[in-house]
Amino acid sequence: MKNILIKPSKEHLSNFVSLGGFLIFIGFFDVLANTFLDLNLTGFLPSKLSYLAPLIIGTIGLYFIRIEFSGNKLLDKINTNFNSSNLNAVLTLIVIFSLIKYIPPLLNWFIFDANFAGNVKEDCTGDGACWVFVKVWFNRFVYGMYPDAEQWRINSAFIMLFALVGASFFVPLKFKKYLLIFLLFIYPIIGLKLISGGDFGLKYVETGAWGGLSLTFIVSAFALILCFPIGMFLALGRRSNLPAIRYTSIGFIELWRGVPLITVLFMSAVMFPMFLPDGTYVDKLIRVLIAITLFEAAYMAEVIRGGLQALPKGQYEAAKSLGMGYWRMHFLIILPQALKLVIPGIANTFLALVKDTPLIFVVGLLELAGMVNLAKTNPKWLGMAMEGYVFAGLVFWVICYAMSRYSQNLEKKLSTER
Amino acid sequence: MGKIIELKNVNKWFDKFQALKDVNLEVNQQEKIVICGPSGSGKSTLIRCINRLEEHQEGEIIVDGKEISENTKDIEKIRAEVGMVFQQFNLFPHLSILDNCTLAPIWVKKMPKKQAEEVAMKNLERVQIADQAKKFPGQLSGGQQQRCALARALCMEPKIMLFDEPTSALDPEMIKEVLDAMVDLAKAGMTMIVVTHEMGFAKEVADNMIFMDEGRIVEKAKTKDFFNNPKSDRTKLFLSQIL
Repeated sequence: MKNILIKPSKEHLSNFVSLGGFLIFIGFFDVLANTFLDLNLTGFLPSKLSYLAPLIIGTIGLYFIRIEFSGNKLLDKINTNFNSSNLNAVLTLIVIFSLIKYIPPLLNWFIFDANFAGNVKEDCTGDGACWVFVKVWFNRFVYGMYPDAEQWRINSAFIMLFALVGASFFVPLKFKKYLLIFLLFIYPIIGLKLISGGDFGLKYVETGAWGGLSLTFIVSAFALILCFPIGMFLALGRRSNLPAIRYTSIGFIELWRGVPLITVLFMSAVMFPMFLPDGTYVDKLIRVLIAITLFEAAYMAEVIRGGLQALPKGQYEAAKSLGMGYWRMHFLIILPQALKLVIPGIANTFLALVKDTPLIFVVGLLELAGMVNLAKTNPKWLGMAMEGYVFAGLVFWVICYAMSRYSQNLEKKLSTER
Repeated sequence: MGKIIELKNVNKWFDKFQALKDVNLEVNQQEKIVICGPSGSGKSTLIRCINRLEEHQEGEIIVDGKEISENTKDIEKIRAEVGMVFQQFNLFPHLSILDNCTLAPIWVKKMPKKQAEEVAMKNLERVQIADQAKKFPGQLSGGQQQRCALARALCMEPKIMLFDEPTSALDPEMIKEVLDAMVDLAKAGMTMIVVTHEMGFAKEVADNMIFMDEGRIVEKAKTKDFFNNPKSDRTKLFLSQIL
């Protein structure tokens, strides 16, 4: 083998590097010409070979420049990071070539060929994305079918929330406790009352009209806040020494974990009212909120139980030996450590919850993705599914990424390791 | 000086394995007892039964006038009077050294925070790690952690201190600093039951020695007699190996 293959060596460094560099250049040139000038330089070859030609040529080029300890810093860096073996060379080239080939068309669709101006579908040329669709429907995507004149109520509810959360970072520790209690117990009532109306001269807006991104936030926020304590108690219950509590917890968790969310939602909306006495009515949104909360609480319970399981027995013993009872031991010693351990798992469950909210369409509630779904079937805007879903996907991604970053920060902040 | 701990015919099983066999023991106030014996002999189980980290199945255990059994309603109150230091320190890693020491006084004894901190600093000074108060357990050496664990137990102002092999998990050069703190405590008149292999410490501090084997108390004697003329052959063998 060694006699047949030319072995790149340090003695002929410049020869090998220029030969290899030339081959790599040809590979790149072929791909660039193909992408931007629509020229197929290797068209004379059979089609499959022509497709792979730049990859093959480039790999051979990279083989020639793979010289260890060449003394050239740049060359050594390239070799160790991108070109340490033939396989890595191929992978490097595939990644770079794919980026060259597929990023520009994507950018074209998103920005350069896209249409932003106008108010009707006909304003779009059809070459790129038709963001006019999103622009025109934006109000609906955010507020659903909520009456335009009343939208200030949703705005002010959310502004109030952000103001309260923002304030909680600045107020002194003494008031933080009260602010938290206000946020968790009083604000939700005020917020819901403000949005649903019916009293204080506010027009009543039925929950069926709520929708869009604001509904995504409302459903997620309520379920997030409520499922956490329930999950915590279920996790403790599953480890309890009292059989009644233990088996109830196990039964609850296994029941809710074993059923698809979509079924649960359907049952909550369609079946549940059948069991209620005539004349009683529980709002659809509230039923859905309870269903999602209990469903996610079952998952949360198992995540938290994982953390409880991971704590050494000595922590329990130390707490007991200091005279702490069950609740003090768990709330002061065990849970703070267990929850810190499972922050990634909790974040996981929360993200899944946010992304599960679109499923409430089965009961006729349309949050962001549901509104997109509705808008794309509007006869005036047929064929806009791509733009709509890309928009919804981006919004969800931003929300989830923000949550994920927050959980990472929290992990760092709470770390007491060296 | 009255007796503060009394064990009568205590038997304990882990499933089929009998860990304690007919154990009788009396401890007077301010008495210092060192328990030694081979591993698996039931030394740790014995002292863990005293604050009911382990449950005994037969016999009576009376601590400070109260019997400990499954019917004991306020086992927490008894535990609050009995401090314990563990082999693995078992500090709370999510709390600073100071918070480790103040947590139980504040939440169990309902001590005001200011006062709890004063008590904690006093005890941390006593074990000479007051300068580490703001750090977290993970930032301390093993010896410092164990001294903090001692201070944490002392903050509850216990009547009795139990030590479960407090120096076994430490590097040799750190053992002395922990033992010094324990000697200080003994001189201050604390009632102590110590499970340890540190015979030097035992000779210096203990009033009585107990040798255990296979769940039984084989020999109980005054420290001097125990080391100078042990009665049972098993004790002689053990001492010949350890000294």
